[in-house]
Amino acid sequence: MSTWDQLNNMQVDVLKEIGNIGAGHAATSLAHLLQKPIQMKVPDVRLVSFDEIAERVGGAEHVIVATVLTIQGDVTGYMFFILHQEKAEKLIRNLFSPEASDLLNDLHLSAIQEVGNILCGSYLSALADLTGLNIQPSVPEVAIDMAAAILSYGLLEVGKVGNDALVIDACFYDQSGQDPIEGHFFLLPDPDSFSRLFQALGVTEHDKRD
Amino acid sequence: MTNVIKVSMADLKVACAPDRIMTVGLGSCVGVAIYDLSKQIAGLAHVMLPSKDLSRGDTNMAKYADTAIPLLIEKMVSCGGNRRKFQAKLAGGAQMFSFQGSNPVMKIGERNVEACKLQLKRFNIPIVAEDTGGNYGRTIELDTLTGVLMVRTASKGIKKL
Repeated sequence: MSTWDQLNNMQVDVLKEIGNIGAGHAATSLAHLLQKPIQMKVPDVRLVSFDEIAERVGGAEHVIVATVLTIQGDVTGYMFFILHQEKAEKLIRNLFSPEASDLLNDLHLSAIQEVGNILCGSYLSALADLTGLNIQPSVPEVAIDMAAAILSYGLLEVGKVGNDALVIDACFYDQSGQDPIEGHFFLLPDPDSFSRLFQALGVTEHDKRD
Repeated sequence: MTNVIKVSMADLKVACAPDRIMTVGLGSCVGVAIYDLSKQIAGLAHVMLPSKDLSRGDTNMAKYADTAIPLLIEKMVSCGGNRRKFQAKLAGGAQMFSFQGSNPVMKIGERNVEACKLQLKRFNIPIVAEDTGGNYGRTIELDTLTGVLMVRTASKGIKKL
């Protein structure tokens, strides 16, 4: 059984670095897309209860726009690119035109899906390069709905093992001052993936028991 | 005073009149609401997976349809509920994502609903209303006094069952 209650500091640091490198690449891609500088916060690696996970993005019932993809290969799990609705609308205005109306229609949503695809792709390919592991993202899907309803998909595998999930949460924002576009990348590796990640990065099982 | 009792994901609780009982953000999960109007007792389970067989060492009985529903019934009976008067309403079990080509676990919403129905049938509890399936999330709130289940969504409005 994979118990992460015993993750040591070093392992948490390794996971933070994974988030840092992955989201750093994704932020660079986003900066290219928007042609403006994007800043990253230091990723937060945390063991959260199922309820807490939605609190991180405004609460269980808060409506979010999320691009979701599953990860297959040596590492399995879920990845979410999450924007609050008004931030998604701002992103659309930035991508199309400041006057874009009828925000979050099908065309706009598929644009967000494609942005999510590019960003999550950058994140995961950086992770694959770093670890040398085979990491295959699925075709992404996009949804506008309650945070808990969306994020619960990421908990289905983890839920078979326990009642907490380890989330690598990387938050980004643009530097436009007031009302920046900000969002989250959530990486939720399945329980079995942690040992493979640590192994690939040279963190031994022995360290785990310290 | 009326309290609103909140049930977390993979949890279950029992409420007595005049309280209401709710759970937020059901996606593929199923909210199983059972109530007894004669005693004004209601129970709600936020079921995440269809069967305890899927567990890999997890011991949370409220998470799985086949353990949550028997446990919910037992709790309601021990709070004074009359099993013969129990009625059930179901909501949730959506398929928010299809993830084509990947694992069949994505039919999880449908499987959750089926598993819940099977359990309710096993205990001879009639399902008087349901709002399941679709591709959207739901928040539900059950009134112990009336047995009315309010279903709230992000984009499809509010329904009363």
